[in-house]
Amino acid sequence: MIRFSKYMWLYALISGLVLVPGIYSLIRFGLKQSIDFTGGTLLEVSFDKPIAESMLSQAVKTSNNTYLFRMKPGESEEVASSATILRSETVGPVLGRELLVKAVIAAFLAILCIFAYVAYAFKDIKFGASAIIALIHDLLVVLGVFSLLGVVWGVEVDTLFVTAFLTTMSFSVHDTIVVFDRIREYRRRDEKTPFHEIADRALTETMVRSLTNSFTIVFMLLALILMGGESTKWFVVALLTGTISGTYSSPFVATPILLFWDRWEKSHAR
Amino acid sequence: MFKNPKQVFYFIVILVIILAAVDLPENFRIRQTLFGKKIDVTINPVEININTATIRIQKQFKTHLGLDLSGGTHIVLDADMTGIPASSRNDALESSRQIIDRRVNFFGVAEPVVQTAKSGESYRIIVELPGVTDVESAVALIGQTARLEFREFRDAGAATGAAQVFPSLTNTASVDVTGKDLRSAKLDFGGDTGAPQVALEFGGDGTAKFASATARLVGKHLAIFLDDQPLTWPRVNTAITDGRAIITGGFTLESAKSLALQLAAGALPVPVKVIEKRTIGASLGEISITRSVRAGLIGLTIVAVFMVLQYGRLGFLADLALIVYGLLTFALFRLIPVTLTLPGVAGFILSIGMAVDSNILIFERYKEELRRGKPWRIAIEQAFGRAWDSIRDANITTILTAIILYNPGNWQFLPSSGMVRGFALTLFLGVIVGLFTGIVVTRTFVRVLYREKEKGKI
Repeated sequence: MIRFSKYMWLYALISGLVLVPGIYSLIRFGLKQSIDFTGGTLLEVSFDKPIAESMLSQAVKTSNNTYLFRMKPGESEEVASSATILRSETVGPVLGRELLVKAVIAAFLAILCIFAYVAYAFKDIKFGASAIIALIHDLLVVLGVFSLLGVVWGVEVDTLFVTAFLTTMSFSVHDTIVVFDRIREYRRRDEKTPFHEIADRALTETMVRSLTNSFTIVFMLLALILMGGESTKWFVVALLTGTISGTYSSPFVATPILLFWDRWEKSHAR
Repeated sequence: MFKNPKQVFYFIVILVIILAAVDLPENFRIRQTLFGKKIDVTINPVEININTATIRIQKQFKTHLGLDLSGGTHIVLDADMTGIPASSRNDALESSRQIIDRRVNFFGVAEPVVQTAKSGESYRIIVELPGVTDVESAVALIGQTARLEFREFRDAGAATGAAQVFPSLTNTASVDVTGKDLRSAKLDFGGDTGAPQVALEFGGDGTAKFASATARLVGKHLAIFLDDQPLTWPRVNTAITDGRAIITGGFTLESAKSLALQLAAGALPVPVKVIEKRTIGASLGEISITRSVRAGLIGLTIVAVFMVLQYGRLGFLADLALIVYGLLTFALFRLIPVTLTLPGVAGFILSIGMAVDSNILIFERYKEELRRGKPWRIAIEQAFGRAWDSIRDANITTILTAIILYNPGNWQFLPSSGMVRGFALTLFLGVIVGLFTGIVVTRTFVRVLYREKEKGKI
């Protein structure tokens, strides 16, 4: 058995190292929004000669050598210089503010339901709350990392990012519940052993499963990043960030919070 | 249902054969020489085509791909802003966009792109519809203005004997009640004849305006115009004060339904005309997609190999169960049908991950029980039993999330269209199927096909 509960300061440090710069960047610089949110220019151009593949990744083919580009106003010159412009229009956002607000409301509602269900299934509000805190931790990690990526490499968030965000939400809770389930099982079987020992045992026994499961997903996503198309690359990076954080947070965020809470509750009950 | 695992096993085998027939690739041509014989066949998924006196079922199983993966139809509409003051043109354009978006969704086209476009003094709306090959009917659908208007005859004399007088825009005047005053429009059936009709309900000022117009016109005819064409001109018998009216007359089921939908989706505040329509390629780029599909297949292979390395023969059985999972989910996508977009594929991949996780949970549990010295037969059954608790709880939360994101009640404050829904739908289906394969299929495969040397005591 590994004494996971001894190193809680280390987990706090690791999470802090990722979260603090991420949140700082999120507040200071925000997220770089793509044309999906801001709207921009729709260009239809025709090329005389074949063009670079990197440019084609964001274009839609309409006929042999004409393409539709959706881009922000500043970026259009680059394309315009090497081609004949057939059409140029200012377009509105694909995902407007209204839909984004609705998606956020839905996400909040989903989090509330998850909280209610976990609290009910584990017959303890502490489990529900800890799972949700770990979930929020993961969402902040994904947001923070993409805010930083935006500052450093100009990575933009688009409609696909919203999907990755929702995926992280589902994955994080899924993973946390598996760990909590083991704690629940052991606690049921013997109620005398201190809570942190039960948690240590549960973590030790679920660790192989957690890692195996994450490996399968990480393999899949790494294959997509390394060999997949350009247009889906950052989407997969967002998924990967969410998966890693989601796996990490179950034993190292959700469980420590559960332990702290339990300790605090017991010391105040007396 | 089935007590004997062998029976379940045969059931799964038959299921797989049916699924494989549904999942066959479309227009896939095989030309090869085998044992000196030339083979040249084109493979297509099975079709259901039953025609009897009472039943008529026709179903083709095709994959529906979204704009990002396979392209579709690109339509540009130009809005005529001549009657609109310059200050409110942007609002008019935006509300037109929303109405067209709603109409497209009403008619079951999943995952469209509807966005506004401005260049100079022209106001446009770009509509992109995935997988729609019939451009003309798509244009007819979104370009229809469906402007409903109630008008009275200018010449009251003509109006009393109006059966002979054909109402037109010139001999009638508006009573200031239009489609904008509607709260809802529904397909309905006449009480006596059962003929299709459209039931209208006015809301807000509409009720009062309609009440005063009908009160004034008792005994006279009120003409209903649709897109400036007279539709019907019934005689007003009593004043209608409850804001409810019914349009009858010569509807077929289809035409009544289509009118009700158009009216419910709302009238466009500005007239639009189609200035351009054509077919476009995948918005993620074809090269990108080919690469990602290949990468995805490589990734899946690695996962399959990893499972075998980690769990030996059990891992192989889990891989078989995952193939059943893939066939079943894909068949459902074709059956429903689900329009697959990249967010949809993401939901699918997430659910594959969760399906693999179910197997891993069970096998890890099995190893643990073995370590405690239990004979393998008991250990494996206990592993299935004990892992179920966590599989159930983890999957229920995911199902809850998927349902909320899908918004089956079409609530206004939740997303009711687009990619969030596509993601939620594939995730939901994937998790449900994953529960089935994780528990039923893997378990049956293990019970029927897996043997291990008996060791330890029983």
